[in-house]
Amino acid sequence: MLKGTSACAGCSSSLSLRYVLKGAGPDTVLVIPASCSSVIQGIYPNTALNIPVYNIAFAAAAACASGMSNAFRAVGKKTNVIVYAGDGGTLDIGIQSMSGAFERGTDFLYICYDNEEYGNTGMQRSGSTPLGARTTTTPAGKTDEKKDIDAIITAHDPPYLATACSAYPQDLFKKVKKALAIRGPAFIHILVPCPSGWRFPPEKTIEIGRLAVKSGMWILYEREYGRLAISSPSKAAMKNPIPLENYLAPQGRFAGISPKALDILKQRITQKIQRLTEEEKGIC
Amino acid sequence: MSGRARLALSKPTTGAAGRTGSWRVFRPVIDTEKCNQCGLCQMYCPDAAIDEELNVDLNFCKGCGICANECPKKAIEMVREET
Repeated sequence: MLKGTSACAGCSSSLSLRYVLKGAGPDTVLVIPASCSSVIQGIYPNTALNIPVYNIAFAAAAACASGMSNAFRAVGKKTNVIVYAGDGGTLDIGIQSMSGAFERGTDFLYICYDNEEYGNTGMQRSGSTPLGARTTTTPAGKTDEKKDIDAIITAHDPPYLATACSAYPQDLFKKVKKALAIRGPAFIHILVPCPSGWRFPPEKTIEIGRLAVKSGMWILYEREYGRLAISSPSKAAMKNPIPLENYLAPQGRFAGISPKALDILKQRITQKIQRLTEEEKGIC
Repeated sequence: MSGRARLALSKPTTGAAGRTGSWRVFRPVIDTEKCNQCGLCQMYCPDAAIDEELNVDLNFCKGCGICANECPKKAIEMVREET
């Protein structure tokens, strides 16, 4: 990735894309559906990414990568095929082709960078927007809960699934390396705080990501062949998470969140922590 | 190969979106006295505008201020740009 992208100042999606490409190496092909990352490449006829990139329609990203991967393997090449899709392209519009690719066992890596809204078109609500968050289409706060895409992917039983956060780039780098070393479909879900959409100053991007992990709102783990392992930054955070308010307060999108929504969010965090701890111990 | 030129292909170029440094309102200034060269600013810079010797490439720094916020020694100060 070269300097001079058209990403917003403090964009953590471009930060995580840097680490994904660093982990993947030069023998990589990126498939990017319509999202922020198709914009941050720069202005035609120039591009800021110095590897082959295929920009494609929302619903076709995983199908396209599936074909690419099969074609590369048919001629005996080990080129990494990576889909770098946003949460709209994964949770809402692209879910059918992604589900198909996971079912076929395509050898590729699907990365969902989750900024919890349609950031590129002006912060509209997506399936991944958390409960109570204000977006331009939910001015009074979202009334529905965030879709648990990781559980949906886990149901496909992929060989590798991980969650990461842009505030922990080394962790992300390791997970990308691991995912690409495994044959078969892999999925990484990255939380990328978006300064313009979440309404916080750009210098706090990393801090907000760290708070998300520390409060338990976002848990870093990896699931390799069905075996769950909590990543080290989340281990301490799960034992005694910081109050959720610390994470919500700096963000303008949670200003004026109703006490009821806050309560549900807290309950969900406790449930998730409990579920994952038990799963790691092998209880359920 | 004549047909190839008509395809919508982009070429990798530094500064594909122009000199993004012109967006900047605050400029990072590193205090070399306080700096202990931990490299965290380089690690967290979304635009890779800080190199391994910890020099800021002001042609492309967008002035987001992540480096100043994350610096454990508080060695980076954001100074308003003169217009």
